[in-house]
Amino acid sequence: MSATTMDATKRAAAHKHKHSLHRQRQWALWGSYIALGVFVIMFLVPPFYTLMTSLKSSAEISAQSGSPWIVHHPTLENFWYLITYPNFQTYYLNSVMVTVVTVVVSMVISVMAAFSLARMGFWGSQVLATGVFLTYLVPASLLFIPLFQIVGALGLINNVWALVLLYPTLAVPFCTWIMIGYFSSIPKELDEAALIDGAGYVQILLRIFIPVAMPGIIAATIFAFTVSWGAFLYPLAYLYTSNQMVLTVGIISDLIRGDVFQWGKIMAACLLASMPPIIIYAFLMDYYVAGLTAGATKG
Amino acid sequence: MADGTSVPVGVMQASRPAAARRSSMRRFAGRRSTMGFLLALPLILLVAGFVIYPAFYAIYLSMLNKKMTSFVGLGNFAFLLKRNTFQLVIFQSCLFAITAVVMKALLGFILAHLMHNIPGKNQRIWRGLLLVPWVIPLALSTLTWWWMFDPSYSAFNWILNQFGFANVPWLGVGWIARFCTIAVNVWYGTPFFMIMYLAALKSVPEQLYEAAAIDGANAVQKLFFVTLPMMRNIIAITVLFSLITTFADFDIVRILTAGGPQDMTHVFATYAFQVGIQSGDIPLGASVSLFMFPILAIAAFFVLRGVTRRTKEIAT
Repeated sequence: MSATTMDATKRAAAHKHKHSLHRQRQWALWGSYIALGVFVIMFLVPPFYTLMTSLKSSAEISAQSGSPWIVHHPTLENFWYLITYPNFQTYYLNSVMVTVVTVVVSMVISVMAAFSLARMGFWGSQVLATGVFLTYLVPASLLFIPLFQIVGALGLINNVWALVLLYPTLAVPFCTWIMIGYFSSIPKELDEAALIDGAGYVQILLRIFIPVAMPGIIAATIFAFTVSWGAFLYPLAYLYTSNQMVLTVGIISDLIRGDVFQWGKIMAACLLASMPPIIIYAFLMDYYVAGLTAGATKG
Repeated sequence: MADGTSVPVGVMQASRPAAARRSSMRRFAGRRSTMGFLLALPLILLVAGFVIYPAFYAIYLSMLNKKMTSFVGLGNFAFLLKRNTFQLVIFQSCLFAITAVVMKALLGFILAHLMHNIPGKNQRIWRGLLLVPWVIPLALSTLTWWWMFDPSYSAFNWILNQFGFANVPWLGVGWIARFCTIAVNVWYGTPFFMIMYLAALKSVPEQLYEAAAIDGANAVQKLFFVTLPMMRNIIAITVLFSLITTFADFDIVRILTAGGPQDMTHVFATYAFQVGIQSGDIPLGASVSLFMFPILAIAAFFVLRGVTRRTKEIAT
């Protein structure tokens, strides 16, 4: 490329250079699209297969003839079965209940704490801010055995409220961390002005910080939702009767009986259980991604 | 960041005698810090009650015998280290975490670059499609993977058969099952790396690339001398962070193989679950999960160092 531009006349060279650059860029663009397309297909194979299986009747699945990747006789009987199945309704309601309470509790705790840590210094608040971040790095699988004893001592084994007690520990540290970042970016002049106007701290938090940091609050809320909707270890370890279970464990323990896998129903249940996160992400993805990446790139 | 010490003082500096001002300032600061402490109190209680206390309780539990009647010191740890199964668990946890994180980091890096190449207005939809694995709750999507690996009617085997290959016992043979668990983790975790790296790529100033181009740098040189140094910090934080979560992963192995065949896919979390909850040996289970601690602590130390350094860079 540079060789051709060297020996040609200046204008022609510039033109050619521009042309070949343009062509190169065009190729890079198409190459990117093709490669991305391949990745998208690979990434979407499992969800696609979930959908296909969920539309099959039990007879079609057990016949095991033809391509498993397409539905020959689509039916909604799996979905209908689940919607009218009392156990599945219980799991769904339990999941919704646990998630709503967890999200509300987590957000109240973390917004208050973040406001305090971002604006109101007290003895040890710096250490606490670091400690909160460290807490986020402590995984559930490190603590579930001592927590089993603690939950047992509280009399909450096989009680769905145990999850309401424990899920905030998974959500609050990171939510607080996100919120500290957003709150710190609010100019100090704003709350100074409010203080001069005679506002109290509660008013500053409710009237200024929460509205201004709304994108952060949305991001943190989605995180808390994701964590408590998808958590698997705690419910698996602490719940064992179907009236207390949530979706993640309920589907597995209820629709798999011994060696009998009702795959059509399992897949339909997975689809129904994945709907709330998918809908939420479809609308609020930008906030969540912004919150996550800001948390990482800005600390 | 958490700049708790700077005080919005302007308020109290009305024209008053200095002494009075100082005492009211002090009262003000006192009230302010009390208030701050009260607001943070629920967080402190939560963390103290359900993170710090269980962590120390785990250490105590790990030093008891199975019936929890007598103190055995480090007996459980010594017992575990001598067991063949547990040595396998250590090996597999490291294999699982390191392989999966390296794959996720590489694929995420490639994806982020591809995304960065295409025009901004199209990125949103592509990003949405690529984030799907990460949006579906892992326990549920792993069920689908299980179904695709099903021994009697595997969707993958059907494709292999179409091309004339024999059936693969996906979850029935040790190394293949290990590969499958890692593959599912890579599928799930790559989108996270992609969005982190994409954000990092977007934060690299365009002028640097222009300057490099003027100096005659080719694409590879731009990658190694501009992109990677600029992204170093985010790459490090994301990798360490993912190392922690991957190392502690439970859902995939538990659902896909439950540790089998012949304990060849067990990781710390699933083994701790099997020993502690299913077999009811709480102290031994606690010791198993405590083995994760040193590795997590080292990773956490470096994450924290990266985060604080980054924060200082921004602050100054």
